[in-house]
Amino acid sequence: MKYFKFLLVGIFFGIVLVKSEAVSWYRIYEMFRFQSFHMYGIIGTAIASGVLFLQISKKGIIKSIKGADIFVPKKENGFSRYIIGGIIFGFGWALIGACPGPMYILLGTGIYSMIIVIAAAIIGTYIYGAIKDKLPH
Amino acid sequence: MEYILNPWPWYISGPLIALVMALLLYFGKTFGMSSNLRTMCSIMGAGKTANFFKFNWKEQTWNLIVVLGAIIGGFIATQYLSNDSITNLNPATITELQSMGFENSGTTLVPNEMYGIEALTSPKGLLLLVLGGLLVGFGTRYAGGCTSGHAITGLSSLQKPSLIAVIGFFIGGLIMTNFILPLIF
Repeated sequence: MKYFKFLLVGIFFGIVLVKSEAVSWYRIYEMFRFQSFHMYGIIGTAIASGVLFLQISKKGIIKSIKGADIFVPKKENGFSRYIIGGIIFGFGWALIGACPGPMYILLGTGIYSMIIVIAAAIIGTYIYGAIKDKLPH
Repeated sequence: MEYILNPWPWYISGPLIALVMALLLYFGKTFGMSSNLRTMCSIMGAGKTANFFKFNWKEQTWNLIVVLGAIIGGFIATQYLSNDSITNLNPATITELQSMGFENSGTTLVPNEMYGIEALTSPKGLLLLVLGGLLVGFGTRYAGGCTSGHAITGLSSLQKPSLIAVIGFFIGGLIMTNFILPLIF
C-alpha cells in the first residue's frame, strides 16, 4: 500500500498530460516554430505555480507527509553538462515529440511503437553512464 | 462533463502539472521522469560494466510506480476522458506540415508518418525513432534531468543549472524543428 499513492500520482500525471495535449508531437512542433502559445502557457503557468508553492512551503506553512520541510535537492554547479546535455536532449525531444514522461504516457494511449523509443532511450542512458568520465561536465 | 472531455486549456493544465510536483515533494520525493531510465539500466545489470549504474535501485521503486501510473493514466485519458475533438493547431502549422508530407495533423497525438506501421517497417522511420530515443536518453542523463526535473522542478526552485539546461533544451529543439526536420521530411 505504501506505493499506492505513487500509482495515483502517476495516473493523474498521465491524464493531465494527455488532456493538456502536452504529449502531442504536433504541439511540440508548434512550440518550436513559435506558432502557438499553448505549450508556453502550460510550462509558464506550471513554473509560476511551482514557484508559488515552493515559496509558501519555504515559510514552513506546508510540511511534508512526515512533518519535515519540503525539500528540493540542489543541482550541482556546472555549465558544460547542462548546456551540451540540454542541447542533445532538445534534438531528441523535437524529433520524436516526447520527453521521458510522455514516452510512457503515449505508450498507454496505445502508441506501441513508443517501445522502440523507450528502449533506445534506455540504451542512450547506458551510453552516457559508460562514457561519462570522458565527457566535460 | 464537456469540460473534462474536451482538451484542457493551458491555464488549467500548467498548475495541475505543478500539483504533480507538489504532491511528490509532499511525499518526500522529487519529480523527475528521466531518472527511471537510469534505474532500468541498473535493473538490467548495467552496474556490472559501469559504476554510474551501481546503486540501490530498489530505493527508486516509487518512481517506477509513477511510470506505471502514467501509462495507466494515458490509457484512461484516451479511453474514457476524451471525445472526438482534434488538436486545435495553428492553420499555418497544418499547411506547413502538409507540405512536408504530414497528413491529418492534429487528429492523432503523434504522426502516423513517424509512428505508424508503415514508418516502422521502413529503415528511415525506424532509424528516426531509435535516434530520437538515443538522443533523449543520453541528453537527459548528461544534463541531469529532463522537462520534469529541470524545467518544472528546477526552475520552480530557482536553480541556475536548470535554467542553463532549459536554455539548452530550447537551443536543441529550435535547431531540430527549424533546420533539421525540413531536411529529413
